[in-house]
Amino acid sequence: MTDALLTADAAGAPDPRRGRTADFEARVKKRNAAEKRFRFYGRLAIFVALAFLVTLLGRIVSQGYHAFTAYEVSLPVYIDPLRVDRANPMGANYDALIAEALLAKIGAPNDELGENLLAAQELVSTDLGFNLLDQIRKDPNLVGKTLTLKGPVKADAQLYLKHEIKRETAEGDRKISDQQMDWIDKLEKAGVITGGFNTRFFTASDSTEPEQAGVLGAIVGSALMLFVTALLAVPTGVLAAVYLEEFAPKNRWTDLIEVNINNLAAVPSIVYGLLGLALFINWMGVPRSSPLVGGLVLALMALPTVIIATRSALKAVPPSIREAALGVGASRTQTVFHHVLPLAVPGVMTGVILSLAHALGETAPLLMVGMVSFNPGIPESVTSAATVLPVQVFIWETASERAFHEKTAAAIMVLIGFMILMNLLAVIVRRKFERRW
Amino acid sequence: MVWIVLVLLTALSALAYGLGRRKAKAAGKGHSRPNYQGAYVALWAVVPAGLLLAVVLVFGGRIEHAMLSADAPAAVAELPSEQQEVFYGDARALAAGKATSGTYDFGPLKAHLDAKAAQSARQHQIFLTAAIGLAIALALGGFALAFSRLKPDFRARNRVEGWVSGLLIACSTLAVLTTIGIVASLAFEAFRFFQSVSPLAFLFGTEWSPQIAMRTDQVAADGAFGAVPLFAGTFLVMLIAMIVAAPIGLYSAIYLSEYAHKTSRGVIKPLLEVLAGIPTVVYGFFAALTVGPIFRAFFNWVGAQTGGPLGDYLMQVQNQMALTAGVVMGIMLIPFVSSLSDDIINAVPQSLRDGSLAMGATKSETIKNVVLPAALPGVMAAMLLAVSRAIGETMIVTMAAGLQAKLTLNPLETVTTVTVQIVTLLTGDQEFDSPKTLAAFGLGLTLFLVTLTLNVIAMRVVQKYREQYD
Repeated sequence: MTDALLTADAAGAPDPRRGRTADFEARVKKRNAAEKRFRFYGRLAIFVALAFLVTLLGRIVSQGYHAFTAYEVSLPVYIDPLRVDRANPMGANYDALIAEALLAKIGAPNDELGENLLAAQELVSTDLGFNLLDQIRKDPNLVGKTLTLKGPVKADAQLYLKHEIKRETAEGDRKISDQQMDWIDKLEKAGVITGGFNTRFFTASDSTEPEQAGVLGAIVGSALMLFVTALLAVPTGVLAAVYLEEFAPKNRWTDLIEVNINNLAAVPSIVYGLLGLALFINWMGVPRSSPLVGGLVLALMALPTVIIATRSALKAVPPSIREAALGVGASRTQTVFHHVLPLAVPGVMTGVILSLAHALGETAPLLMVGMVSFNPGIPESVTSAATVLPVQVFIWETASERAFHEKTAAAIMVLIGFMILMNLLAVIVRRKFERRW
Repeated sequence: MVWIVLVLLTALSALAYGLGRRKAKAAGKGHSRPNYQGAYVALWAVVPAGLLLAVVLVFGGRIEHAMLSADAPAAVAELPSEQQEVFYGDARALAAGKATSGTYDFGPLKAHLDAKAAQSARQHQIFLTAAIGLAIALALGGFALAFSRLKPDFRARNRVEGWVSGLLIACSTLAVLTTIGIVASLAFEAFRFFQSVSPLAFLFGTEWSPQIAMRTDQVAADGAFGAVPLFAGTFLVMLIAMIVAAPIGLYSAIYLSEYAHKTSRGVIKPLLEVLAGIPTVVYGFFAALTVGPIFRAFFNWVGAQTGGPLGDYLMQVQNQMALTAGVVMGIMLIPFVSSLSDDIINAVPQSLRDGSLAMGATKSETIKNVVLPAALPGVMAAMLLAVSRAIGETMIVTMAAGLQAKLTLNPLETVTTVTVQIVTLLTGDQEFDSPKTLAAFGLGLTLFLVTLTLNVIAMRVVQKYREQYD
């Protein structure tokens, strides 16, 4: 600065207002520009990060919301006694029967080669045929009567109804022919095909047919697995934290435990999967792909986070509480379990809920313990084969049928919905019960 | 079965507690309150028996298995070891009235199988009776011992608190046991793998094709398990991820901690945390079905514009490539880098900033020349932690990077990573003893050691740095 003043004459005309040179002004301008640029980079970085978030969520909603509506067909079918044998209902071709009824509704003839029949069969789910067989096996007297069948429209036809397969696409590139499209339009006009909320998505489990697949099995599997995780990780994690925070002497052993906990929190999740495979499945013989083994693995994973959260909750309880309890003659154990821990419960709960929410979204270690398997049923207990929501997402994502893509996005929406619920719960617990000293 | 035992144990503890309490009350005022006297009796009655039953539950199967295979008939002893395992497993399944696994056909050994099944059923009966009998004896013995000790001046509270602190120590030891478990299981299986494939060939081999080595005439041929292409792929994806995450994460941390108004910080920080809370499988889905096709369309379009050999190459770019996985992983790491750097920048004392500003430096000059150099070790540690995260991340690369093991640094090629190979080697049905599945543990051990080293270095630096300003 003094330099600039001394050389003012040499550098150029002095500024009449402040006695500054043009050279000085130029440098200030440059520095201010650098300042502005730097701030802009910061803003840009945040904008980019948030733009990624919006794109990510927006893409998932735009891909998945279609899966929450579904088209059902409601079709009266005459059970021809000539075609269905009362004594042996298994022998009849129900799919053909349904397809014929459908053709009759459309008003298209059944040609000799049966091509129309096959084309019509491709419009409705195979579920209808199985359903009809079940009904007739239960009550053979239905033969000769007209039954109204209800069931989902086949996935590809649904994609057309939802305008995801468009007529403009070349006929060879899509799975629905022009003729089938005309038929679908006709059926929709006639009220045979109606759209509505997709309840099946929430009441069915995985299926090879996209239109019949749902997430109930995965939700139940996730719930069972989280139950196991919570049952194991919460008590051990909380007690370990109580020991480390309230009782542990400062020595090598506790230092080792601390270093261990911090390291475990940063071990890649897939390594826990390998541990689960070697230890729980191969060595202890816990059943593969069961919520039990998944819960065990996730409990080990969640343990460090539960410990860290509990310790910070315990740290927040002021020492005056401890001193008061000790002062009136309580033992250290009594002090901790009667006074300190109850006061730390809201903080512990918040931490526990958040780490369980994290466990809910974990996928990689579960692939190792065999949870990536096709499970068409709802798991009955913690030892039966099951799948969980994030793994269901993975399974559907790798499926080749296009109709599974929207199911995948919808399953992600369900998964994120549950995670948001758990986070909200944590926020509510914190707001409602947290005490500040 | 498990539930019945649990209910019985609970009932027993309640009974023991009640009896102990009554005796203490009847004896009059003493050292410890009756509750503690009761709890002392209950603990002695239930814990030893419960521990025994837990051990039986966890290890019973293996003990029975060992007992069953102790005296193998000559015909069975000749079988390869994995078939013997299945044989005894089938025998135990038959004894329990379940279907056999059907992995091997033991046609000629059917008589042996039935004999072993009968033996297993007998054994199971004896084993179970012995376990239950021992548990009952332990429970009654513990109860009698503790009950007889109760006197007014007996220090039951101190004893109970001793039990409690024992439990606390056991729980905190679990963290160490987990680490030991990880290291032991990885090292044990990896050791078995390195018996058939030499560690040098594994670490420095440049050809990775575990599928070929599955052929019976070529079991574990050296050279098929060269992991260098996997390391290269992992490195490439990590590098791309860090190129995306490091600047965006660091700049947003700087902006949030130095420039942003309190209210906008209160909005932006939670939003970034949302990004951190999204499950990785969702990122994988996003990479595979959104980012991949966009990149592919873009490069194909560029290829169509440029033409020539480069254009031809760009026209053939696929959805699955290192770039897709790397960019999406970078997005995933932004909040991680940002929140760690934020903490570190906030830990730089305000006096340093004030000093620099007082000398006439602008805010950005203060940040660039004073705050960042002071925070540099911490920021580097944060980056190391992010690198360790990127190396261990599984779902994004599994869904978006591909499976072909290529030794390349071209981000437009499909590459494969260590974690992807672990997943592909271990999902699906195969025997557990083949070098193919064991190779996954070799990879897992490498992964664990590398990430552990990175974490330890990073945590040391962070700790040291924190102490510097505290």
